[in-house]
Amino acid sequence: MSILECKDLCKNYGRVPALDQVSFTVEPGRIVGLLGPNGSGKTTLIKLANGLLTPSSGEILVCGMAPGKESHACVSYLPERTAIPTWMSARQLLDFYEDFYADFRRDAAEEMLAHLNIQAGQRIKQMSKGTREKVQLIMVMSRAAKLYLLDEPIGGVDPATRDYILSTIIGNYNPEAAVVISTHLISDVEKVLDEVIFINQGRMVLQSSVDQIREEKGMSVDELFREVFRC
Amino acid sequence: MKWLFSNDAPIYTQLIQQIKVGIVSGAFPPGERLPSVRDLATEAGVNPNTMQRALMELERDGLVYTQRTAGRFVTEDKNMIEQAKRSLAERHLKTFLTAMLRLGFQREEIIDLLRQESGEEGMTHVDSGV
Repeated sequence: MSILECKDLCKNYGRVPALDQVSFTVEPGRIVGLLGPNGSGKTTLIKLANGLLTPSSGEILVCGMAPGKESHACVSYLPERTAIPTWMSARQLLDFYEDFYADFRRDAAEEMLAHLNIQAGQRIKQMSKGTREKVQLIMVMSRAAKLYLLDEPIGGVDPATRDYILSTIIGNYNPEAAVVISTHLISDVEKVLDEVIFINQGRMVLQSSVDQIREEKGMSVDELFREVFRC
Repeated sequence: MKWLFSNDAPIYTQLIQQIKVGIVSGAFPPGERLPSVRDLATEAGVNPNTMQRALMELERDGLVYTQRTAGRFVTEDKNMIEQAKRSLAERHLKTFLTAMLRLGFQREEIIDLLRQESGEEGMTHVDSGV
């Protein structure tokens, strides 16, 4: 069964179409890049998969279900902005996630936090922006979810943090789960992806595997993106 | 081992080349167990499925083999490794010759230059990745 499936998915904000007839599937074991310029509909698509928005028409299915209470249990979502309570300490955050999500792997999270030398007593508030982003990603990746939706996980962090985030995604790879990463920093994520989906102005332009693009076009996904979306 | 990727070729073919270099150079010695797919993928910063595909190709060529429960190992067949070394060298030579011919050198001149250069530098080891 597909982990994520969109059929003729449309979303309008008033009269403005944000997504127009988008259809694709994401299979288990895949790490998929959702790539498109600013305002192309990436975040809208991720919010639809989360049930934070409802489709105007068409269908979106997560693990075969319409987004709702049951699907939330198998989706781990990293929002665009840091959304963890900043007054909590790292330990309180672990308790919170453990209470909230049945699939939270506390030992995995603790191991990753220790690797970053984060003290359990340290408050999120006291951490730098990059560290907060790392902590949030650790929380998201420590769930044994079926679908990880990562909205711009590497935007706004330094290259070393970027590497850490990407290697955390690879290190937590699970052949039964799928990861969708939205970003426009393509050259950084390209090697981590199986497939890419290009969207532009709410329409899907392309779905292909990274190596197929390289094989057929003799160029990287980053170069193809620059060509397709040349301003 | 340092992993480097260019933009103009599929990632899995570049992985194959670099693992071959690793085997030939002894970074992955004959008969030795290879790290797991996940560890290799994390180290190279690539998708685990892409790494898996590269290893399966190497397995098909016989350079690595799987032992059902113990993991993947480098072949112990020295001839096969020697062969891989030779074919990697041929690729380098081909690229080199194409570039030199484009610069307008004749074959004899190239050989003379090579002799001079290797005499002066005492055949220093140059690591260019592929």
